Amino acid sequence: MAIGDMLIYLPIAEVSVNAFLLLGLGGMVGVLSGMFGVGGGFLMTPLLFFIGIPPAVAVATEANQIVASSFSGVLAHLRRKTVDLKMGTVLLVGGLIGAALGVVIFNYLKAMGQVDLLVRLSYVVFLGIVGGLMFIESLRALRKTRAAGGAPVSERRKHTWVHNLPFKMKFRVSGLYISVIPPLLVGVFVGILSAIMGVGGGFIMVPAMIYLLGMPTKVVVGTSLFQIIFVTAFTTLLHATTNFTVDIVLAVLLLVGGVIGAQIGTRIGTRMKAEQLRILLAALVLVVCGKLALDLLLTPSEIYSLGAAGGH
Amino acid sequence: MLRWLVLFMVLALPLRAEQVVLGLSRDEVAITATFDGSDILIFGAIKREEPIPEDSNLEVIIALAGPSEPITVRRKDRVAGIWVNVDAVEVDEAPSFYAVLSSAPMETALRQVEDLRHDITIPRAIRSVGAPMNVTDAEAFTEALIRIRAGAGLYQVLENAVDLEEDTLFRGQVTLPANLTEGPYRTRIFLTRDGNVVDIYETSIAVNKVGLERWLYELSRNQPLIYGLMSLAIAIAAGWGASAAFRLLQR
Repeated sequence: MAIGDMLIYLPIAEVSVNAFLLLGLGGMVGVLSGMFGVGGGFLMTPLLFFIGIPPAVAVATEANQIVASSFSGVLAHLRRKTVDLKMGTVLLVGGLIGAALGVVIFNYLKAMGQVDLLVRLSYVVFLGIVGGLMFIESLRALRKTRAAGGAPVSERRKHTWVHNLPFKMKFRVSGLYISVIPPLLVGVFVGILSAIMGVGGGFIMVPAMIYLLGMPTKVVVGTSLFQIIFVTAFTTLLHATTNFTVDIVLAVLLLVGGVIGAQIGTRIGTRMKAEQLRILLAALVLVVCGKLALDLLLTPSEIYSLGAAGGH
Repeated sequence: MLRWLVLFMVLALPLRAEQVVLGLSRDEVAITATFDGSDILIFGAIKREEPIPEDSNLEVIIALAGPSEPITVRRKDRVAGIWVNVDAVEVDEAPSFYAVLSSAPMETALRQVEDLRHDITIPRAIRSVGAPMNVTDAEAFTEALIRIRAGAGLYQVLENAVDLEEDTLFRGQVTLPANLTEGPYRTRIFLTRDGNVVDIYETSIAVNKVGLERWLYELSRNQPLIYGLMSLAIAIAAGWGASAAFRLLQR
């Protein structure tokens, strides 16, 4: 057998895939996640659809992979004490509720034969919004740094409606005294996304923590990773016990590629400017979004599809 | 004693002029981690007591069927500008794999009445009872099922793929794709004269996941919680190990 075509049979997905293709995909997404500091789930899951992994398996397995790829990150942040454990726990409680809700929605739509549409539509909507906002934001930042000669824009914490809600709690690490309702809701929302889209949800949670909750930037990444690791672990278990769709062989192959890729990506990332990185990431998000949107809009070559009967 | 036994066995055989005697290159297919499809050679001979009849045409048909299961076929339609699954038809029984090989074109090798009796061709192997009220063209769904599975190499019609020599020896080869479903694969060999079935031989080929593949699959179905926890543990260990190894390499 030639090394170039090392096919491996995935026991749960029940398809044969080239092992090097999986390692390569993992590596490629790893490079990007290292460069941009994002989880990469939002890129990996659609890529898995493109190479023919059944969507239900892709979503569940990706959740499993995110747990593992976030693990060393969380450890590093815990050592540096850049995790707000109290805030993380509130987000986590919301996240677990959201993940349970998400899996219920997922299984219901799977029985109706619409899960593919749900997953793809969610991707188009969220990637479109996040990519678009990031693109505009980074364009503005690029223009500003050019005009002001690179002076950093100072941020003042504003008093918004978020601060007028009941059930206030003190979050010492973040230096906040706010209601637990907004972080709980953010957690629920991210939990639902994690279950339906097979993503960690960092790309939604990080902006929400900064702009909505007003958390300081230095604790944002560690705290979101802390939440992500538990929520995706819970999602993995839910998918494993209700859908039997977690493929451990697939997860390990993606992971090994991903970890190596991430190390390379981090090195590339430190050599580039933050604005350039952000505009690149925004462009990438928009490309993936566009491809998925086209698939929904263009007439498909085969309008029929096969699915398991009874929707289990 | 032995001679009497043999004689008894020969006499006990049903009164058929021609009979299939079969060999298989393998009666078991093991799906391992590196499984990428498999070839099965089906060969045999036609046993007869009297000289080869000259007045009619002898052909051989081989049908290999994977385990059947109900399938939902869905059709997309444009709703508010995007393509959405709209109609669905449940097919009660569809083999996960089906190959028909014949020594001549199917029209000459098999009469339609015989196909109806023995369910040999692909459309006959699929059983669809009813479609919902809103679907008027249920046949289009069954056709789509056949088209999609044929495209994936799961349904094969191989005319003239059985070599028949001297009206006595025959052989045919089936290529099983990599994405196989587990279970017994029903293998039938039909002997036809002028399109009428004169003998049937039936056997079964076992397709099973083995080793690690089998173990993981069984665990994920029978002990899903343990499988889930194990997946998390393995993934975390692999991720941590890979990054630790990479850091060591850097030094």
